[in-house]
Amino acid sequence: MLELKNVSFAVDGDGGEKEIVRDLSLTVDDGKFVVITGPNGGGKSTLAKLIAGIEMPSEGQILLDGEDITSLGVTERANRGIGYAFQTPVRFKGIRVFDLLKIASGQSLKLQEACDYLSEVGLCAKDYIEREVNASLSGGELKRIEIATVLARKTRLSVFDEPEAGIDLWSFQNLVRIFEKMQTETRDSSIIVISHQERILNIADEIVVLSGGRIERQGSRDDVLPKILGTDAAVDACTRLSGRG
Amino acid sequence: MLKMDEIQKRLLSEVAGLHDVPAGAYNLRANGKSVGRQSTSNIDIASKENGSGLEITVKDGTKKESIHIPVVLSASGLSETVYNDFHIGDDCDVLIIAGCGIDNCGKQDSEHDGIHRFRVGKNSKVKYVEKHYGSGDGMGKRILNPVTEVYMDDGSSMEMEMVQIKGVDSTERKTVAELAADCHLVVRERLMTHGVQQALSEYDVRLNGDGSGADIVSRGVARDHSYQKLDLKIVGNAACSGHTECDSIIMDEGRILALPCLEANSVEAALIHEAAIGKIAGEQLTKLMTLGLTQAEAEEQIINGFLR
Repeated sequence: MLELKNVSFAVDGDGGEKEIVRDLSLTVDDGKFVVITGPNGGGKSTLAKLIAGIEMPSEGQILLDGEDITSLGVTERANRGIGYAFQTPVRFKGIRVFDLLKIASGQSLKLQEACDYLSEVGLCAKDYIEREVNASLSGGELKRIEIATVLARKTRLSVFDEPEAGIDLWSFQNLVRIFEKMQTETRDSSIIVISHQERILNIADEIVVLSGGRIERQGSRDDVLPKILGTDAAVDACTRLSGRG
Repeated sequence: MLKMDEIQKRLLSEVAGLHDVPAGAYNLRANGKSVGRQSTSNIDIASKENGSGLEITVKDGTKKESIHIPVVLSASGLSETVYNDFHIGDDCDVLIIAGCGIDNCGKQDSEHDGIHRFRVGKNSKVKYVEKHYGSGDGMGKRILNPVTEVYMDDGSSMEMEMVQIKGVDSTERKTVAELAADCHLVVRERLMTHGVQQALSEYDVRLNGDGSGADIVSRGVARDHSYQKLDLKIVGNAACSGHTECDSIIMDEGRILALPCLEANSVEAALIHEAAIGKIAGEQLTKLMTLGLTQAEAEEQIINGFLR
């Protein structure tokens, strides 16, 4: 179980300190699929980075299964079972897809196992396994590889920052299937996805609407979805991102 | 097995991947002397008359054969200059593995300066691998100053892999190449310096024939207080294409001077240069740390990949 207690995050801006996340409290129970949505600039990606330890809160506490992990860095949180998929995947000169998957799995990964992860994200394994994770890969290819690295970790809490962005030709069904499989394979594992996509909101157990660094709305999908689909912000975001705008 | 001590054997393994006598033609040099040599029916290895090095002659049409000429130095205070000349015939396809390993546990400097000259015949294909490695914790420096000269005849191609990853205190490497029509030269250089090491690498590649092309890429990592100077020059004298690239990572107090340089003396020459120097990107470290690596482990992975 992940708990955020009164977490705030501020940065120094032109007009003094600016709070990106304000006094936010949130609990993600084991086995839950939580989608965090809301307008751009609402603090969603920052919240994901706070959970992964990439950013440190200026105030508040973060607990994983009761353990205070607030002061722990990225590596320590990763080793406690937190996975994180970047919104914009990182490129590496010389590091191959297979190398990255081996690092992610944390053990001696067999070639066939690595290929299976690639197949799951819709990439033809033999075309990619030896490729370098460099600028020769398109944004969509990198995004799928990024998801594969999180799959290979088999973490109990995985955070995906807009996993669908840039994956134009890949069916959403595939992405949904991946999330379902992750939860089946790793018992009680939780998934947090940042997304504007209606089809991802549709499979959430819980939806959190973040706006202005605060939780504007939170609850089960059935409670929250009808309310936010009527709002301008959600409609605008959904239509724009699904290419219908 | 050859008459070599354990240190020499270890050096040989580092620079040439050899644990025993290689197949094909070879000359193994240890502490200034040849300790093993073999010619084949197509490849002749002979000492120069003045004893200053080797004359290596590859017959026309020799295919899929290899030549190993590694050098190991395990004595402190040894300094040598060796001239090796390669005469590659027409229509050949050969692999040449050179390289030098120095172990210096003593107080005096040890130095090996290898001057390799290649004459590559028409339509021949050569792959040349040169690895340099140093070890030993003595005060004496390990110095390697290789010079490589390549003269390529029509339609020939050469691929050079030059690697110096560890333990060489001071190096000045100079590579010159002259390409006739339809020749292609590919160079992949990898340099890592640490401590207070200095590495200077200079290329002067002349594209003299129509249809010739060169692709020179040097990747370097300068750690601690080390210094690298990379001077990569391509001269286009015909309808040719050339690309030169210096790509470097600096760490700690390392310093790098990158000088990619182009000269076009023909309106048909198409030349490109690129250079980039920077520290390891923070987001690369972060990504690997989200996969469970420590920062130090992440740096190692990034550097290993970069220098692959």
